[in-house]
Amino acid sequence: MTVVGSDTARLAKADTNEPLLVVKDLKTHFQIDAGLVKAVDGVSLELDRGKTLGIVGESGSGKTVLSRSIMRLNIANNVINTGSIVYDGEELITKSSKQMQKLWGVEMAMVFQDPMTSLNPVVRVGRQLTEHLRYHLGVNKAEARSNAIELLRSVKIPEPESRIDNYPHEMSGGMRQRVCIAIALACGPKMLFADEPTTALDVTVQHQILNLLATQQRDRFMTMIMVTHDLGVVAGRADEIAVMYAGKVVEKAPTGTLFSDMRHPYTQALLWSIPKIAQPKHTRLNAIAGRPPDLINPPTGCSFSPRCPYAQDKCREEEPPLVGGSTPGHQFACWYPVGSKENEEAYAKNLADGVAVTLAAEGKITATEELTAEIIADLDLGEAVIDVSDPTTGEGAD
Amino acid sequence: MAGSGKAHLRPADETLMRVEDLNVEFPVGRGRTVYAVSGISFDIAKGETLGLVGESGCGKSTTGRGILQLPKPTSGSVQLKGNDLMALDGEGMRATRTDLQMIFQDPISSLNPRRMIGEIVAEPLAVWGPFDEDEQWKIVAQMLDAVGIDPGVARYKRPHEFSGGQCQRISIARALVMEPDLIICDEPVSALDVSVQAQILNMLEDLKAQYGLTLVFIAHDLAVVKNISDRVAVMYLGKMCEVSESDELYANPAHPYTSLLLGSIPVPDPTANLDDTVTAEGELPSPLAPPSGCRFRTRCPLADEMCERVEPQMRRVSDDHYVACHHPLIEADPATEVTVSNS
Repeated sequence: MTVVGSDTARLAKADTNEPLLVVKDLKTHFQIDAGLVKAVDGVSLELDRGKTLGIVGESGSGKTVLSRSIMRLNIANNVINTGSIVYDGEELITKSSKQMQKLWGVEMAMVFQDPMTSLNPVVRVGRQLTEHLRYHLGVNKAEARSNAIELLRSVKIPEPESRIDNYPHEMSGGMRQRVCIAIALACGPKMLFADEPTTALDVTVQHQILNLLATQQRDRFMTMIMVTHDLGVVAGRADEIAVMYAGKVVEKAPTGTLFSDMRHPYTQALLWSIPKIAQPKHTRLNAIAGRPPDLINPPTGCSFSPRCPYAQDKCREEEPPLVGGSTPGHQFACWYPVGSKENEEAYAKNLADGVAVTLAAEGKITATEELTAEIIADLDLGEAVIDVSDPTTGEGAD
Repeated sequence: MAGSGKAHLRPADETLMRVEDLNVEFPVGRGRTVYAVSGISFDIAKGETLGLVGESGCGKSTTGRGILQLPKPTSGSVQLKGNDLMALDGEGMRATRTDLQMIFQDPISSLNPRRMIGEIVAEPLAVWGPFDEDEQWKIVAQMLDAVGIDPGVARYKRPHEFSGGQCQRISIARALVMEPDLIICDEPVSALDVSVQAQILNMLEDLKAQYGLTLVFIAHDLAVVKNISDRVAVMYLGKMCEVSESDELYANPAHPYTSLLLGSIPVPDPTANLDDTVTAEGELPSPLAPPSGCRFRTRCPLADEMCERVEPQMRRVSDDHYVACHHPLIEADPATEVTVSNS
């Protein structure tokens, strides 16, 4: 009877407007021989029910560790987790693995990056699918099997009745990722983590999988966190995007705002460094000089300062706090945010001083405004979101 | 697609390399054969970058390796400056390999972890000369410098002391050290982060200008291929679908498959219909038993009975834009010849 009771409680909660997930000052540090790796270093975020949050960053920025920390998958002796993770009114940070098992699969589930290795190669996909159906929902074997077939059908696997008895190696990469999604969805989680779900897949299959995730999310009213290094993957599908660098969120904004009114130099540099279909061939890319910082000994001040074209002494000494922008929900951590007067002065000063200006800034010399407009048009966010006078330039991307 | 034909080839005297009717087949036992590359023809002019794109399993890497005779293709001809590489014996091919170099996808595993950077980059010189170590080092240092690695620092270090991007730079230095005529780049930036990817792409452009390199650039990322290539060839299941100057290809795709690929790039548009609609259904058929006629017909929205029977030939769409399709999205010149596919 307790199950029924908690279900009613859950339904009642679903009507409220309180966020499903509230993360406050979450830190995940790994103690290794070389020192303390600050993989996630003070991240706070809130996520409303039914919304999608995109987490973007380079390798080593801590985006995967963040999503795993929220799910409490990083539990080991050398992991130091502090802060607070409140999921649906429950504090998770104090829970043990054993207690978390009741939540994994039922409340929150994850789709991993590599479908080739995240399935057990010696177990038929049917058993991998029914395993937690039987564990969590307590259904009998026949019922679990018919549920599993329905799940496979819902993720658009052809002939699910026979496919259910396949081993993973009998399926292609795209099909395996569909199975992984079916497994994640099996117990009807309210929150889905997708950690680079399409990185290992071809572009046509990526398109299919992203569409599948989007329709499943809509049909099941799921909350989703999508982790990726590709701004293009989240730009059209996330409600909000958080950009991570060196274990911290450096900018967070509703998707439209992030592209139209980015304030952090790293967001700008990341967007500029991607080759775009709409650009003519041999367009010079605005690469970010240098490489991501060492997370054991991060630079003092702003961690992006060694690579930033606008960096001043202040950036190298004092760490900028995450402050609000003009749009609600827009936050960034920068002393000299892009588009401000201080930023232009800082840039002019760096040029005058002959400071090694990174390539990201070279674009600025040529044509900042045109380039930004072109990129926004290329991203095709539509006129409703951004006021771009001539959005037609992006048509090549359609 | 699934097209054959040579309408898109340019006169032999204008090109550095000319590949005709290249077939690469692999026996896989029980009398079965993987038709990895079937009847591909293309050419590369000096100083040009040819991009090869397609999904995994379309034969783009096999084509790149076929050029290098690694392994020797089943049939066809690969002519480098007029010499047919297919006709060369082992020793002849060995000598010719100095003109052809390759850059691999995974920068870390393509460098020997137990050797020092100075040795790795000097290896080709140790085989082909100059044999004087000081002279070798002079060339190696110059190349490392050109790819943005400090030669003094790197000389006695080993690959694990460098990041992925730096290892890829070292691989490029190793390929450049023989001053090859042609470099095959097999997914050189796929394993790298976007910011590092941009650095490597910019560097390849600079090196191309500086040393007059000719590149075959194999990748699955269409935006990357467009950025670096002068000409792009789209492959599908061992056949060539479309060849074109790159701006033209992306602006006006003529082959339904090219259009599918372009449409699959994540287009960030909140208003887009997120349902699985038209084109993107299905996956690559098995290269063990490729479909008859046009190999793309099983996934093509425009396929009809003719596509099943007759293999399309390369036809001219506009200047330097050719397509192998019976129902191109843009009007093409009539086919010069029609062959009925036997398979």
